[in-house]
This record gives sequence, C-alpha cells and structure tokens, in this order.
Amino acid sequence: MTHYLLAVHGPAEPDEFGSYGSREEMEQAFAATGAFNDKLRADGYWVFAGGLQPAATATVVDGQGETPVMTDGPYLESKEVIGGFWVIDAPDLDVALELAAAGSRACRGKVEVRPFEGLA
Amino acid sequence: MQGATAAVERVFREEYGRVIASLVRRFGDIDVAEEAAGEALVTALQKWPESGVPANPGAWLTVTAGNRAIDRLRRERQRDAKQQAAIVEYDDMPHEPTGPIEDDRLRLIFTCCHPALAPAARIALTLRLLGGLTVAEIARAFLVPETTMAQRITRAKKKIVAAKVPYRVPEAADLPERLGGVLMVLFLVFNEGYLASGDGDPVRAELTAEAVRLTRILRSLLPEEPEITGLLALMLLTEARREARVRNGQLVPLDEQDRGGWDRAQIAEGHGLVRECLALQRPGRYQILAAINAVHTDTTTASDTDWSQVVALYDQLTRIDPSPIVALNRAVAIAELDGPEVALALVEQLPLATYHAWHATRADLLRRLGRSTQARNAYDAAIAATQNSAERAYLSRKRGELV
Repeated sequence: MTHYLLAVHGPAEPDEFGSYGSREEMEQAFAATGAFNDKLRADGYWVFAGGLQPAATATVVDGQGETPVMTDGPYLESKEVIGGFWVIDAPDLDVALELAAAGSRACRGKVEVRPFEGLA
Repeated sequence: MQGATAAVERVFREEYGRVIASLVRRFGDIDVAEEAAGEALVTALQKWPESGVPANPGAWLTVTAGNRAIDRLRRERQRDAKQQAAIVEYDDMPHEPTGPIEDDRLRLIFTCCHPALAPAARIALTLRLLGGLTVAEIARAFLVPETTMAQRITRAKKKIVAAKVPYRVPEAADLPERLGGVLMVLFLVFNEGYLASGDGDPVRAELTAEAVRLTRILRSLLPEEPEITGLLALMLLTEARREARVRNGQLVPLDEQDRGGWDRAQIAEGHGLVRECLALQRPGRYQILAAINAVHTDTTTASDTDWSQVVALYDQLTRIDPSPIVALNRAVAIAELDGPEVALALVEQLPLATYHAWHATRADLLRRLGRSTQARNAYDAAIAATQNSAERAYLSRKRGELV
C-alpha cells in the first residue's frame, strides 16, 4: 500500500460561500464530501483529511537563521491554492486516481494526487 | 563478424519487449529489467556468433537476463537474510517462454501508456520498452537532444515507481478508455513516421514500421477488440502508399500518385482487416478511418473514387468525434462531391489557424476557385506552418503554378 496526498485546489480568495457561489451549492458540496469521507473510512482508504482556512490566514516562517523570520501570507502568491486535502492509503495509482475523481466530484474542485515518500 | 553482431542485435530488438515485460513482472522494477536485458545482450553477442542463434532466442534472453538480475539483486542485498530468502523463492518461478509472457507485454504497454504520464513520455516509454529502440534512436526520431529524451524517460520511470503506476491490464470496465490511450500512442508514432513534423527526413519508415509491428502485437494479444484491427488496417492502407507518396523530395497528393507503386500485399491485407472488423458491428474511430482509406485504395484511378461513400463515412466519424480536424477532412471530400465553393465555406468556419493542413486545404480550394491572390497567401501560411521538407516542396510548387 502507498500513501497519497489528495490536495484540493481552489481560489485563493474565496467569497462568502467558499468557492461554491451560493449557500445551497456549498451545502450540497459539504454533504457530498461528508459522504465521500464516510466511504473512504468504510473501504479502509482513510488516513486523515481536513479543510484549510483561506490562504490569507497563512504565515511563512523561516527558522534557518539565528532568529526566525515571519512573513504574512502564503509561501507562493497564486490565484489557486490548496483549500483542503485527504491522505489516503491505496494499493496503487489507479485506485488513488479513482478516489481522487470521486473526491473531486464531491467537493467540486480539482484534486492533485501525489504519493508520499514515507509517513513518519 | 559485423554481420553476426547486426543479426544478434536485430533478434535482441525483436525480442526486447517480450524479455523486458517478463522481467518487469518477475522483479517489479523497470530499471532492473533493462539492466539485466542489456547484460543478456552482451552475453549473446559473445556466444551466438559461435554457437548460433538459439532455437527460442526470446526464452534464452529472458532466462539469461533473469539470472543476471538475480545475481545482481543477491549482491546488493547480501546482508539482508530475509530478502535473500525472498529472491531465492523468486528464482523458482517458472521460465515459461510462452503463455504468461504474452500477458506481460500487454501489462507493460498499459503501464507505458498510463494516462498519468505525459503524452510525450508515453510514446517514448512505449518505443523504448516495447519497441526496443535505444534512447538515442527515440531522441533522433523526435528531434530532441539525447539528454532531453533520457531525462524524459527517467522521469517517467521514476513516477511509475514512486506513484505506483500499476503493472496490469485494466479491468473490463476501464479497458475501452485505456485501450484508446494505447492506440493513440501507436497512431502518433505512426503519424510521426508518415509525415515527420521536423525538417529532417520527410518520411521515417522505421517509425511507421515500428508502429505497425507494435499494433500487430497488440492485436494478437487482444484479438476481440475491433478498434485495434481498425488501427492496423488504417496503418497498412496508409503505409502501402508510402513509396508513391514522395517523388523527387516532393509530397505527391493522393490523386497524382502512381497507383502502380502502391504495395498490393499491404492493401489486400488492409482491405481484409476492414471487412473483418466492420463485420463485428462495433464501429469506432480507427475502423471508420480505415474504411475511408479502403475506399481510397479500392480504385485504379483517383477519378473513380466513390466520394459519396467517403463523405458518408466522415459523417459517421463526425458523430463519434466532432472535432475540427475531422470536419476539415470531411470538407476535402465534400469538395469532390459538391464543389470547392461549398467546401471552402465549411473550411473557413474551422478554428484551425495554427494547423498546416487547414492552410493547405484552403489554399487548394482557393486555387481551384481561381482566387489566386488569396490562394497565394494561404500557400504562404501553409508553408510557414510546416517543417516537413516534402510538404513544403509540394506547397511551393503549387504556389509557383498559380496564375
């Protein structure tokens, strides 16, 4: 089995209803994502998942110098940022891609699939 | 001696896909497989010139390469007793020269053409691992520096390992779509050979031949899939015209080709395959394209071509693939049936301003309508949009003939 990160990409500056346009659509996406999460757990692929606050809440810390340097905002300025993610445990890439497609459909966003080199 | 070396290398290349596929299954690692196959070649080059080529060279190479791989893995893992035991167990796997090896090549082609890999990498991996072409040969074929091609292949192989791209034939539900990806790779290889995109040799027979060979293998592995048969027929009916297609470095269009120069055996085989797959009544893109080429190769003169049938086939193709390129080719047939004015109106609507064939088609239709100034501009645009020397030469001649 291999661990994969399924990272959901969405707009860097979400509006009132995230990236969903309306309350109704947002609620539908949340419900579909909840159902997808339940399925991941039931089928044994689930490791961990979470949604992130907007990129504007991020702080970059560089602790390589003598005193840590803090910078407000995300590391990369871009229109699209990671809005949330799943970590799954799947037998191969085909299974991971299939789950990513289902997750993408549920949360209504593009999903990047990336294998872990290892988990600590 | 040089002849003997060339003979060994030819056999090695023919058997390469079989050997690699079997080794990848046994050792689960493409690099190990390639290295072991390379060592087996060295051994073959030493032994075969004296002892002769073995009766089953594929099996000989597979067994020899397998032994080399085991030796190497033993050396590398000597300290780990558990893994050592596992390798010894692997060693007991049967060295079947037939049977599962066929499936191995099928698995490998689906790995090489996996949708998670970049299209250029799929083509390169397929030619390298199944076609047995060297990295230098593939680099030359696609006009990129050898280091670039080596990096492309290395990167793809790393992704296969790290992301765990599976080594198996997709399940029935996914097969049509995944098979479509494999056929696309083979068709791209063929097309690059048939009308090279660069400014080197206008036709690369080694690529068309390789695409035909790999498609034949795929067909023998999945005989029930009519689209594979269709693609093979399409390739043969196109390849049959290769010799007549370029004269004095100039592309010769279908209606000006010397039909006596066509390869009758390939045309006969292609026609047979078209009949065979159409009888299955599961039409698809490649089958329809093959049927169109069967119509084109069915008459002894271009003027006898049954254009209404060609248009009907393009109509059928449009329903499956409503792309502007299909619409462009349909318009060419419409020009023969309904005249260049009707065709030009269709062509003008298509969003293909970066495609050399769109400009070339426009130029030809404008020329036939006597609109020389516009035709001249269109020929200029077509010449600028292609690097193929034979196509440029042909377009320049037609441009020069304008009055």
